[in-house]
Amino acid sequence: MLTLTQLDKVYKTGTFGTSDLHAVRQVSLDVQRGEVVSLIGESGSGKSTIGKMVLHLLDSTGGTITFDGRDVTKLGFRARRDYYRKVQGVFQDPFSSFNPIFKVDRTFETLRQSYFPKVSGSEWRSRLDDALAAVTLEPDDILGKFPHQLSGGQLQRLLIARALLLDIELLVADEIISMLDASTRIDVLNLLGELKARGLGILFVTHDLSLGNYVSDRVVILYKGRIVERGDTTAVFDDPLHPYTRDLLASVPHLDRTWEEVEAEEAGRAARLAGRCLYHEAVAAQGRSLGEEAASAEGSGSGEVPDGVGLVEYAPGHFVGCFRKAAEEPCPAGS
Amino acid sequence: MALAVNDLKVWYRTLRGDVKALDGVTFEVADGEIMGIAGESGCGKTTLGKALIRLDTRMQHVGGTVVLDETELPLSDDGAMRRHRYREVSLIPQYAMSAMNPTRKIGRMIRDLLAAHNVRYTDVLPELERRLELVGLDAEVLKRYPIELSGGMKQRVVLVLSTLLNPSLLIGDEVTSALDVSSQKAVARALVEFRDHGFVKSMIVITHDISVLFQVADTILVMYAGHLAEKAPAKTIINQPLHPYTKMLIGALPKVGDRYEEQQLEGIEGRPPSLLEPPAGCRFRDRCPLAHDKCAEAPPFKEVAEGHHVACWAVS
Repeated sequence: MLTLTQLDKVYKTGTFGTSDLHAVRQVSLDVQRGEVVSLIGESGSGKSTIGKMVLHLLDSTGGTITFDGRDVTKLGFRARRDYYRKVQGVFQDPFSSFNPIFKVDRTFETLRQSYFPKVSGSEWRSRLDDALAAVTLEPDDILGKFPHQLSGGQLQRLLIARALLLDIELLVADEIISMLDASTRIDVLNLLGELKARGLGILFVTHDLSLGNYVSDRVVILYKGRIVERGDTTAVFDDPLHPYTRDLLASVPHLDRTWEEVEAEEAGRAARLAGRCLYHEAVAAQGRSLGEEAASAEGSGSGEVPDGVGLVEYAPGHFVGCFRKAAEEPCPAGS
Repeated sequence: MALAVNDLKVWYRTLRGDVKALDGVTFEVADGEIMGIAGESGCGKTTLGKALIRLDTRMQHVGGTVVLDETELPLSDDGAMRRHRYREVSLIPQYAMSAMNPTRKIGRMIRDLLAAHNVRYTDVLPELERRLELVGLDAEVLKRYPIELSGGMKQRVVLVLSTLLNPSLLIGDEVTSALDVSSQKAVARALVEFRDHGFVKSMIVITHDISVLFQVADTILVMYAGHLAEKAPAKTIINQPLHPYTKMLIGALPKVGDRYEEQQLEGIEGRPPSLLEPPAGCRFRDRCPLAHDKCAEAPPFKEVAEGHHVACWAVS
């Protein structure tokens, strides 16, 4: 449904925009209907930038974003409105997504004015009730209230209900639960699971690995704008290959294992993979026919992929990139 | 024991009445203990941390005592507390790393801080550099501005400077929040190391992230709406919690490996009561599956096993 191909984003920084910050490098991924794809990375990994580019809040520097076969990077104003009927986003801080001066109903009213001017009042009310029921909110508890009278979890679910009113097909959820309390967090996560069952595709941006693991079908691990590893959630979490993914998983505070136990397990894997790079090994072993991504990055000469951004399929559905960490570093295997 | 808090009550004065943010808490922290405080937002955990060092103008010490190393802390006497602050009780407030003076180099900022407590910078400089090295920072950072450091580095600087005079008690409020997992681990490790080296005798770590507490804390105290719910060794809280609130809270946390398709976790219905006029009795009553008539009376915070305190009628 949603396909990103070699997406690039360069921010101009410095006093007069003289220096470049390469925030997203050659990112290719896809989201299908009825699927949750998690973008996982630390701050500065480019995960939110990708989400914003998908939502057309930022322009991309290179590459394409296609939605059902249509390139959406160069949509005009009118076409963009149609796009927003299908693709909506929810962001981290629910309190700043609402205007504190107005009652929350206004959010729905502006939506109606822009997208459904012809829908009658009673028809709209019943649609609203349906959308609120889908996010397990009671209309009487919510409507006519100000944002400060509701909890963060309720507001976050309201924003999802707002997106559902548009009959969307893709939801970009950018850190939507990191501001919520532990006891309500899980309700929002379960809601994402239900939406997935209804056929919605969800791009779930998070820095929390345990939350990314809970709902997602596939995960994409980003480091400094580059995809270092991606694949089915269980494959990546059970057998992390890239040094960065392994570091990340070893740093997550677990509830059932101490860091020492996790590190002992990780030490075994690190010893097995030390000084190796599965990416370059695969490239050397199989030449250039390495699946779409390595092939698409071809044409740079001696089998070296530009910036080391290609991925190889190590196991079915489990892709890994060159074992260097940042794109500027040399590959640990020295090739 | 290092710290003994007895029936401490701290209320916030507002125009609509008193908000009973901390309503009679009693607990002890032993020498060398790292105690974690967990709870939802608004449960009083930050108020508890702040009350032990400085009451701001809205906070009112209504009752109870705090004894640190056999000396009672004069909580409501701002002037008298000054002698204890930083030397005996030190606090790393929330967002401390963002509160560093952006116009001063870090060394200069530490010098100012020490001068305010009548300590000469040059006297402690060797120790300062040694400790920075211990947390993996170069002494060069003293010549840098805060903007030049990453969040994890700043948080480690804050940890070093707040414990420079070897306080008996360090209170860390959300010290590992808003950090990437790798920096989070480094800061959490540094906390344990500082305790092991004896730089601080005991520690209170306040966070909403229970999995971090499981990694660093010896004991965990769970708070709910201004009351204590449960206190026990970290492993017991995670693996055999007794209070229904703790059980539900732990049950709502997905572990790495839990999957939505295989096992759906459940959140806790409802919201905590308003602390403006909290209901009498157990404050978790409205959301509790075990609630019965007796819960109209507040349950005592009772020791049910060695080092395991619970405030619930269904358990004790």
